[in-house]
Amino acid sequence: MTPTVDLGSFDRVAFFGGIYSNHLALGEALKLARSRKVDAIVALGDFGAFGPHPDRTIEILREASLPAIQGNYEQALSTGAEDCLCGYTDPRDNYYAQLSYDYTRTRTSAEHKAWMGNLPGHIRMTVGGRKLLLCHGSPRKVNEFLWRSMTPDPFIRKLLRDHEADVIVCTHTGLHWKRLIEPGRGIVNAGALGRPANDGQTHVWFTIVEEQEISPVPGEIQVEFVPVPYDHERLAREMAEESLPPEFIETIRTGWWTTCLEILPAKERALGKH
Amino acid sequence: MSDAVHRPAEPGREYPISPLFALDTLWFQVAGTLCNLQCTHCFISSSPTNHSHEMLTLEAVKRHLAEAEALGVKEYYFTGGEPFLNPEIFEIIEATLKQGPVSILTNGLLIRPDAAASIRQLSDASEYSLDIRVSIDGYDPRTNDPIRGPGTFHRILTGIGNLAAAGLNPVITVTEACEGAGSQEGRLRFLEFLRSVGLTRPRLKVLPLLRIGAEAERSRAYESWETLRGRHLTPEEAGILQCSSCRMVTSQGIFVCPILIDYPDARMGETLGDALGPFELRHQACFTCHVTGFSCRT
Repeated sequence: MTPTVDLGSFDRVAFFGGIYSNHLALGEALKLARSRKVDAIVALGDFGAFGPHPDRTIEILREASLPAIQGNYEQALSTGAEDCLCGYTDPRDNYYAQLSYDYTRTRTSAEHKAWMGNLPGHIRMTVGGRKLLLCHGSPRKVNEFLWRSMTPDPFIRKLLRDHEADVIVCTHTGLHWKRLIEPGRGIVNAGALGRPANDGQTHVWFTIVEEQEISPVPGEIQVEFVPVPYDHERLAREMAEESLPPEFIETIRTGWWTTCLEILPAKERALGKH
Repeated sequence: MSDAVHRPAEPGREYPISPLFALDTLWFQVAGTLCNLQCTHCFISSSPTNHSHEMLTLEAVKRHLAEAEALGVKEYYFTGGEPFLNPEIFEIIEATLKQGPVSILTNGLLIRPDAAASIRQLSDASEYSLDIRVSIDGYDPRTNDPIRGPGTFHRILTGIGNLAAAGLNPVITVTEACEGAGSQEGRLRFLEFLRSVGLTRPRLKVLPLLRIGAEAERSRAYESWETLRGRHLTPEEAGILQCSSCRMVTSQGIFVCPILIDYPDARMGETLGDALGPFELRHQACFTCHVTGFSCRT
């Protein structure tokens, strides 16, 4: 991992959360983000897992020269770890996570793994005068899960204080949410491009953060979650051809999570089907 | 899970140290050591007559919540004894849910339909998660009741059923006192059992036994070799220990963790501010936490 990078100042930035080898959604998201005239696109880690042909995602990312940070997957793959370092604690969650990791590890080229090893763990940038700190899980831990229902305001204040940021942008949970504790200060979880948001819809999500131009409050930012429809049936076919678990394919086809469910807090779990 | 690699202790130190990296998890011994059951494996020997720790009042909880807010605590846990014996429990839940997510460890016996409905209401009213954790110790009365008491198996299932009927999905916890629960096979059998009693999406947590309190009598106490004496923990190993991110509030003060509240040397002060220092892992229960990689958190 390389030290924190400071990218400078921007007006409108798109953030891509976990891509999980969904190269088809990544392609669509890039088109969509560019059409929205963003002046930067940043990938927040976890490029592999879950989906098929992991190298295809990495090739798109590298071709587009997107600034990117390491997720737990990039840490694991670049250091030769035996598991994905996802941070699950339940045996069923870990079983499926291991299937994903073993598949991805054997199909990611050594050259791409080396590239992952040179990515920074954090990126800093400024949007609308607000200091953004980009991380994968949380600023203090790559695989900390920041769920909406488990990230209370006092804890957000502490993270912002400890890490000298106005806004923390993260991913890792696969669910997008935001909580601004005051104008221009809070947490934005960019969600995931890799799999749908456990809501019965097949599209996936990225996030745009921009300066709120017309606002009575100085330094206010606007956060927009952008749905990304893509050819999910094609992805499902590719996953089947690669003999990935039927449970994963069901998620892509139905929009409901079937695995890695036990880590969900009560509120988020209640919103899903399984 | 920790692999419990043996590393020598730091020079001049007999036991390893667990620093408090951040106070993320705050426990409240809301029912003290008072319980409507007297389980034979209880590591703090809770019972209807154990007043070692008294119930916490709403006022006491609020006082510590104010301190926790300033410290940026991430989540709250209520335990006892039996939390629903506390006459102010619903007010305590409501006040805490305004500040962060809450988990409650209960034996389920007092979760009647009206209580389950109140819990559901409190859960819906908060933007934070409210998790109920119900303990059971077997697949049937034959395995459960010798540990938790005659007739408790069916009463626990009634409580679980009431939660399910209110649309809540509790986490079911089982200790390794339930034979085979720790194995993959036992786990699957337990999940199947939970589906059979109406939990369509069963959530299960298996806990190791702590050989202190009543459990030391039921099975056995720790043997002399079961200690962290002479060992050193890496920061990663210490980070797995719950005491590196939690403290426990009881009527007797602030303790290092939910397990060691019967040990005066595990009391760290009167306020949270007093209790933010490191803790020396000299207790044999610390051995279990390290070796199993276990956390009391859900």
